[in-house]
Parts: sequence; structure tokens; C-alpha cells
Amino acid sequence: MTLPLRVAPPLMFGSLRAFRLIERNLYVYRHGWIVIVSGFFEPLFYLLSIGFGLGQLVGTVPGPGGTEIPYQLFIAPALLASSSMNGAVTEATLNFFFKLKYQKTFESILSTPLSTADIALGELGWALIRGALYTGGFLVVMVALGLGVSAWLLLTLPAALLISFAFGAVGMAATSFMRTWQDFDLIQLVVLPMFLFSGTFYPLDAYPEPVRLLVQLTPLYHGVDLVRSLAVGVVGPSTVVHAAYLTVMGVLGLLIVSRRLDKLLLR
Amino acid sequence: MPGSPESSLIHARGLTKRFGSFTAVDGVDFDVAPGEAFGFLGPNGAGKTSTMRMIGCVSPVTDGTLTVRGLDPRTDGPEIRARLGVVPQQDTLDTELTVRENLVLYGRYFGLPRAECGRRADELLGFAQLTERQNDEVEPLSGGMKRRLTIARALINQPDLLLLDEPTTGLDPQARHLLWDRLYRLKQRGVTLVLTTHYMDEAEQLCDRLVVMDKAKIVAEGSPRQLIDRYSTREVTELRFGPGVQERLDGQLDGLADRIEHLADRVLLYADDGEAVAVAAHERGLNPETVLVRRSTLEDVFLRLTGRSLVE
Ligand SMILES: Nc1ncnc2c1ncn2[C@@H]1O[C@H](COP(=O)(O)OP(=O)(O)O)[C@@H](O)[C@H]1O
Ligand SMILES: [Mg+2]
Repeated sequence: MTLPLRVAPPLMFGSLRAFRLIERNLYVYRHGWIVIVSGFFEPLFYLLSIGFGLGQLVGTVPGPGGTEIPYQLFIAPALLASSSMNGAVTEATLNFFFKLKYQKTFESILSTPLSTADIALGELGWALIRGALYTGGFLVVMVALGLGVSAWLLLTLPAALLISFAFGAVGMAATSFMRTWQDFDLIQLVVLPMFLFSGTFYPLDAYPEPVRLLVQLTPLYHGVDLVRSLAVGVVGPSTVVHAAYLTVMGVLGLLIVSRRLDKLLLR
Repeated sequence: MPGSPESSLIHARGLTKRFGSFTAVDGVDFDVAPGEAFGFLGPNGAGKTSTMRMIGCVSPVTDGTLTVRGLDPRTDGPEIRARLGVVPQQDTLDTELTVRENLVLYGRYFGLPRAECGRRADELLGFAQLTERQNDEVEPLSGGMKRRLTIARALINQPDLLLLDEPTTGLDPQARHLLWDRLYRLKQRGVTLVLTTHYMDEAEQLCDRLVVMDKAKIVAEGSPRQLIDRYSTREVTELRFGPGVQERLDGQLDGLADRIEHLADRVLLYADDGEAVAVAAHERGLNPETVLVRRSTLEDVFLRLTGRSLVE
């Protein structure tokens, strides 16, 4: 089959038609903007309760590069990274599954010049836009609370988008294999432990060596460490490794989604 | 059959669609000329939708040749679809958008400027008689309204080729006639219509030319008139007998007509003068409960070609 060839160009070079999907989502959420606003508060509540509550007790912890940093500063970037993951995963799994299985929207769109690759790109693009809104809001709060110590902080925005991109693409790829709503429990089974154990709430030194190595293989660890080193301003080769890991993950996910959408929608 | 990839809007030779080992469309040949209304008539499962989806470039061709406007769906899908209007068998309206938004956004998918989409949406709302409902949700609309909206949506890019897969299935007679009227207007404007149906009256009303499809194959081709002339007689006499009588007729009808078909609930006698057949049957002392003399339809053509009725 020549399918991969047909899909690759728009993916590699990006088709502007994908923006029409984003426009559609803007129309849809025009009626339901409250859903979007609510997504902003979750990481904020975590920051206030865990960061400042626990922060009182913990004091400082070793941050990137080993320097001691206040616990609030340690946890805020991790919450930012986790919420980027969560937002993207929600959009890419539950919402995407609904559109794929129950709505005929994608089918009707494929009768226009848009392709499955455009749909994959467009839906992911929308997840990124939502993610960017949350990240931007969260950053404003961080700065307001005096947690913005480095000019590198600005780069946490694209870093958070990279996390959304990676998890959104892989989430959509996983969703394309799902049959029923029950299958999504599996995704929670992967996402929740990552949220809890990826060095989000405490440094990885807490683990014995083998566990630490295992955690360092998971994508959220790379996301958390990437955002944290940028927020603290300790940037090095590992920062590039994190970014590369997430980029490869996202591109692979996108390739799989496009192939799967071809199979599911263009029978 | 005349037609070439250049002169035909749609050109198919040996067109085949397989799902695994199952063959849904088995080497069909047809040509659709610009401006005509062309139909696929056939029962459920004949392969009509599979054929339409290949033409619409949303289903890969398994084998054979298919060109639309001389372009190959395999490689030129976006270009073909840009000038195509598609009304799928199942409505695929966007339930998260209002009636009007469904039209406007569909225009956007075709890359039309926003203002132009709005202008065309308003015009099409009028055409589909949905102006009053333009700001409503899609879900509560009646079946006929949804169908009209789907057709309006398919027209947003001003296509000169419109694919309609069972446009009126499931609609009440009034809604069907309204739809037929709209389609007839499009045809008059020069839009090429390609439609599938399992209603012979729809095929007769709308199609200049049609192919009869059965079990993945095309079994006949022509205008409704030609098909009837070729495969049936001018008139048909339908005789209904009381319970058990039809089974005990053996031979009593022989010679009354050119051809006789025994259905479960009635006997069809094919002859050019149906009235004469009815009289002759009466003279033989047969006492059917009802006698109906009517003109031949495509239903009779289908029965002749396949030995089965069109609608089970
Ligand atoms: N995606 C599919 N996978 C497997 N079989 C299919 C698929 N789509 C259609 N078929 C089968 O192909 C045959 C023709 O279907 P279809 O083209 O929908 O016929 P029609 O539109 O004339 O009713 C049917 O037997 C149907 O079950
Ligand atoms: Mg069908």
C-alpha cells in the first residue's frame, strides 16, 4: 500500500488545512468556555495546597544541579508539567474517542479536501492551544507568587507545549486502538503513577537506584525535569535530551494516529 | 459502452472493492456524463454505498480503474473532493454546532473566506427551507430537515457533481417529495447528480440513466424507459387470490401473458394489454380477490433480472 507516502508529506511539512479543525473547536467551545476556564484551576489548587501547605514543613529540597531551592519552587514546575500532560491526555483520549466513535464529524470532514493527517494535526493543535492557555495562566500566578526566579522561565511555555504535544499525540494513538470506554481505565493506570512518582513531589534520590533508573525512562519525568530546570535556570545537556525525548515521542504518536485514522475512517 | 476518462465526469472499468476476502463491488463498468442524473438502483447490500465511497475518495479502490474528472482518487483525493458534494447514507451533521454553523464551517473546510461562507450559508438555508431553524441545535430536527441540511451542506462549495447515497430513505412521502423537488432544481441548474436508491419510484423520478446493481455486479444499464422496454412488457396485471388458492392454480394461467411471476402473495402477468389479460383470466373461470392492471415499473425490471423484489 502507498498509504504511508500519502500521509507523510502533510505531517512532515504541516498542512494549513489543519487549522480548520482548530476553528471548529473554537466554534464549539464558544458555547462552552466555562469548561476551558475550569481546567486552569486544578494545578493552581495543587500548588496552593501542596506547595504552600507542605512547603511550610519541608523548607528546601535539592533542585536541578543539586542547589537547594524552596519546596514551592520545586513543585510548581512539576505541577505545570503534569497539568500539561493531563490536559493533553484528556483531550486526546476521552474527547477524541467521542469524536471518533460516536460523532460522525471526522467522516464528514474527510469528504472535504482535508485528510486524516490534517485531522490528527488539527485536533492535536487544539489540545496545544488549550494547554498554552493553562500554562500561560499558571506562569502568571507563579510570577505573582514570587516563584519566577529565572529568565529561562519564559521557555517553560514552549516546554509545556512540547509535553502536551508528546502526550497528546501518544494519547490519540492509544485512543485509536480503544474499543470501549472501559479501556480508558488502562490509560489512568499509566497516567496516575507517572503523576505521583515522576519526581513530581520529591527528588528522585528518595528511590533506590533501579527504581530511579526506571522512573528516568518515563516521559513525564523528562517533562518535569525539563520544566523544572528551565524554571530554576539550571540548563544543561540533560535539558536537550528531555526535549529530544518528548519530540520523538510526539512525532511517533502522530505518525501512528494518521495511519490508524486511515484504517478506521477510510475503509 | 461509450465513455472515456476524458469525456466522462466519472469513469469506471473493472472497479472492485473487497473487504478482506469479501467482494462488495465486483468489477463494475460505468460512465457518468456531465449534467446527467445517474442512478444506482439495487437492494440492500448490492454494493451501492461501497461504490459511492470510492467515487468520493473516502474508500481506497481495491482494483480496476476509476477516474473522477480524469483524476485518480488514489493520488488526487483532495483535488477531487474540493469540487464534489457528498450526501452520505447516514447523516454526518456536526451535533456540536448549530444548523447555520454546520454550513459555515463546512465552507471553511473547503478553504472559502468566512464572509463568503456566511453568504452561501444564508442562501442555502433558504434553499433547504431551514432559515427559521438556523440557530437551533441539529439533534432535534426532523429526519427530513436533517437530510435537507446535509444536502445544503454538500452544496456549500458549489459542486458541479453531487453524490447522494439513498437521499430519501426513511423519510415520509411529503418530505421525500420536497427533497425530490430540490434535487430537480439542482439538476436544472446543470449539477450532475449521482444517486443510489432502492426505491424504483425515486429512480424513475430523478434519473436520466441508471444501472441496476445486484450482488456486487451491474446487471443492466439504460434510461428507466429503456430498461422497462427491454426487460418488461408495457403493462402488468396483478392477481391476488384467497388463502391457498394460488398454490392450487397449477397451469391454469398458462398462455395468458408473455411471462408470469408467482410472488408470495400475488401473481404478476406481463403483457402489453393488461386489461385483455384480466378479461381472459375471468373467462377461464378464475376468481381472484383483486385484480390490478398497471404499467410496468423498474421494480418489474429488477424482478425479471434477479428473480427477487427490490425491497424485501
Ligand atoms: N467496512 C466494511 N467491512 C466489511 N464489509 C462491508 C463494509 N462495508 C460494506 N460491507 C459489505 O459490503 C456489502 C455491500 O455493502 P454496501 O456497499 O453498503 O451496499 P448497499 O449500499 O448497496 O446496501 C454488504 O454485504 C456489506 O455488508
Ligand atoms: Mg448503502
